[in-house]
Amino acid sequence: MPKDGIGASTKRREDIRFLTGNGNYTDDINMHGQTYAHFLRSDIAHGKINNIDTSAASEMPGVLRIFTAADFEEKGGIPCGWQVTDRFGEVMQEPKHPILAEGKVRHVGDPIAVVVAESLEQARDAAEAIELDIEELEPVLNMKEAIKDGATKVHDDLTSNLCYDWGFVEENREAVDEAIKNAHHVTTLELVNNRLVANPMEPRVAVGDYNRSNDEFTLYTTSQNPHVIRLLMGAFVLNIPEHKLRVVAPDVGGGFGTKIFHYAEEAFVTWASKVLNRPVKWTSTRSEAFISDAHGRDHVTKIELALDENHMFTAVRTDTYANMGAYLSTFAPSIPTWLHGTLMAGNYTTPLVYVNVKAVFTNTTPVDAYRGAGRPEATFQLERVVDKAARELGVDPAELRRKNFIKPEQFPYDTPVAVTYDTGNYHATLDKALEMTDYAGFEARAAESKARGKLRGYGLAHFIEACGIAPSNLVGQLGARAGLYESATVRVNATGSISVMTGSHSHGQGHETTFAQVVAEMIGIPADQIDIVHGDTSKVPMGMGTYGSRSIAVGGSAMVRATEKIINKAKKIAAHLLEASEGDIELKDGQFTVAGTDKSLAWGEVTLAAYVPHNYPLESLEPGLEETAFYDPSNFTYPSGAYICEVEVDPDTGKVDILSFTTADDFGNIINPMVVEGQVHGGVAQGIGQAMLENVTYDENGQLLTGSFMDYAMPRASDLPMYSTDHSCQTPCTHNPLGVKGCGEAGAIGSPPAVVNAVIDALQRGGYNVDHIDMPVSPSRVWSAMQKG
Amino acid sequence: MTTLTMKVNGKTRTGDAEGRTLLVQFLRDELELTGTHVGCDTSQCGACVVHVNGKPVKSCTMFANEADGAEIVTIEGQAAEDGTLTAVQQAFQDHHGLQCGFCTPGMVMSATALLKENPKPTEADIRHYLEGNICRCTGYHNIIKAIYAASGQDVSSIAAE
Ligand code: FES
Ligand code: FES
Repeated sequence: MPKDGIGASTKRREDIRFLTGNGNYTDDINMHGQTYAHFLRSDIAHGKINNIDTSAASEMPGVLRIFTAADFEEKGGIPCGWQVTDRFGEVMQEPKHPILAEGKVRHVGDPIAVVVAESLEQARDAAEAIELDIEELEPVLNMKEAIKDGATKVHDDLTSNLCYDWGFVEENREAVDEAIKNAHHVTTLELVNNRLVANPMEPRVAVGDYNRSNDEFTLYTTSQNPHVIRLLMGAFVLNIPEHKLRVVAPDVGGGFGTKIFHYAEEAFVTWASKVLNRPVKWTSTRSEAFISDAHGRDHVTKIELALDENHMFTAVRTDTYANMGAYLSTFAPSIPTWLHGTLMAGNYTTPLVYVNVKAVFTNTTPVDAYRGAGRPEATFQLERVVDKAARELGVDPAELRRKNFIKPEQFPYDTPVAVTYDTGNYHATLDKALEMTDYAGFEARAAESKARGKLRGYGLAHFIEACGIAPSNLVGQLGARAGLYESATVRVNATGSISVMTGSHSHGQGHETTFAQVVAEMIGIPADQIDIVHGDTSKVPMGMGTYGSRSIAVGGSAMVRATEKIINKAKKIAAHLLEASEGDIELKDGQFTVAGTDKSLAWGEVTLAAYVPHNYPLESLEPGLEETAFYDPSNFTYPSGAYICEVEVDPDTGKVDILSFTTADDFGNIINPMVVEGQVHGGVAQGIGQAMLENVTYDENGQLLTGSFMDYAMPRASDLPMYSTDHSCQTPCTHNPLGVKGCGEAGAIGSPPAVVNAVIDALQRGGYNVDHIDMPVSPSRVWSAMQKG
Repeated sequence: MTTLTMKVNGKTRTGDAEGRTLLVQFLRDELELTGTHVGCDTSQCGACVVHVNGKPVKSCTMFANEADGAEIVTIEGQAAEDGTLTAVQQAFQDHHGLQCGFCTPGMVMSATALLKENPKPTEADIRHYLEGNICRCTGYHNIIKAIYAASGQDVSSIAAE
């Protein structure tokens, strides 16, 4: 293995530019002649627009033009990328999502008008002079009320506020009802999966630049998937053919899902740059991000778990109301359905599962994927209800899980919710986590806490996720309006250095380092000879980008396939140069050798021959050494793991302290352990944030009460512990060439139930009759629950 | 508009600012030092931390004209001319203390100030000092390790390797 090959904790090359202030984020890009866009946004949740008077504002200094919906009559709305079919076979209700509000405003933050001016300050000043006549309407906020007959409608042209009523697996509906009715024991839990804001530290930014000389548009944007933006915006919104539209996502300061989606601001700056014939820049403020970035989660759920007399799970039934917000964001309909329902078997052999999801429009910011996307919601309810069942039955929560786990010899395992897990060993990860946390020693630790007047709790969760999305033909059947393959071009230069153009996108994950490790391993040359290029539609082949922990599993696989093609061709060239048969050529450590001889050629000699083909089999082989591969996965990957949280609750205040957080993950093979651990740390921190701190709150008028870092509690250094992570339990994926499963979302999926289970454990040990507290388990919620329990 | 002069990373720089121009805008837009970032509008995130006359300051909390004549050090002024990283920068790379890199300039500037004030901080000291620096990517674990290591202390005492 070369020093920086697969399995090495290679330090990240991208760090140097970030550590020295030389990163190139979208807001760092300033164009000659640039103008500034400021969006005037609705400050009410629901209202009828009677009039927008821009006359005074247009006269303000520096103002170039003010745009309203009237300027976009010819343009399409922001499209939704996934069409869900409901349980009656009807397609979902899909409202128009205009670039600027048409006729009505539907959430606080809905853009009404845009001022473009010579400076940002001038644009903001002018926006204040726009006179709005908007008649307030009753806001639709409560999902269950929203779908009652006669409820005020968010979209007047839809029949109701119900986007869809989805059932899965619909054929199992009655069998599940029956199994629950006849069960030995049923554990029921009602819960809320709290609404969150992803809050990558870099707010969204978009710069549009139109070039009149060649009729080409360039959009620089903070995106996780520039080709997806090009496709959606070019084809559906602005009607710009792809060869005239370049989308660049340079250094991107975190995404976590909310930078997947195509947003109105991107379409606006792109189009306005042509109208004004000047570059147009928009930079979100954080306050604006809180009301305009798609939010995450927001499910209201009731789950029932049926068990037989041997405590084997016989059925799961779950009903969820999923908030879509005011419009359908790019992937929104798929999150509570296909990314959620298909995970409701969890790690268990439960034979019957029925999932019902009602997706509802409300006068709130749209909701879409946030780290984990659907899988945290599935895992939270399942791991909470299993824990509750164990407590009701008086059995050890670890034992109850172990008993119901799919056994290692049962893989590949067909779940009753349409997916087939290829590999896994849940017993191994559970045992590992129990050992790491000294489960046996917990009672002594609890006694020690008690002696100090504190309540100690031990919380376990075991999760499964479906990553590496996704097989295109399968998701097509499920309603995806795009393929979900990935692409890579491997360009070998004459002197042997390599540029890899990947359709994956790094916004913190470290692809520039880890992807290079893979190619270095395959060819046997140092990783520093290999550059990873991403984030520019004019440079990389059509790719679907980074989300759903898909980069290494799908993008990495495409890169492996392209590199295999390179190696095959290089071997042919080497065979010619070495006058040997192709089958005898071996490539190792960057040297081509002929089996059984001492003849050899260096990598660089062969690559040079490809571009200077003086002695070359031109009759049978093209010169050059550049190959592209598109990889479409045949299945999802299924990372899994056991997460354990130990907490101490202060019974006087309800304050929860996390004493330790331990993870034992099975990610299959891993490329760079340091990077993998970093991904787990970050995911766990976001999961703890959801469990303990973060919560989007609207008041009864639909005003966002948590609209800044002053009111929305982001996890800070002092809120979090050091983590103990392990990834030694590895059951490699069987259907991709690297045997990898992906690690980006695991932390955020497995951690919230571990935290809440620990808090409940602490309270019950302390004699409080509390069996659930909704997240975030803030001191006031814990304290209130204790007063009632 | 007024013309301001300040010493930035050892060099005298001048530029124009309105009365309402924040120091961070002046650094980014006028002096084109885009290493200092803006992550919020409520002075909570710390992505904008620079040193003003030797003290760490959130450059979004200060008007540019308040810094007229001051000595400013930004992230661009940390590594040596030949590219050699400072001990704090190097420790961030060694311990994977950054992912997307957006919070990183502020983290490095805060950490550098901390070690000047408190050369051997405990884990708790570091966590407390970073109260005003939010990172969404790393979960802080590796940032804490990096700063601890940069102070010359043995990180194995706070985290398993
Ligand atoms: S930008 Fe200064 S604290 Fe956030
Ligand atoms: S590294 Fe991304 S916010 Fe800290």
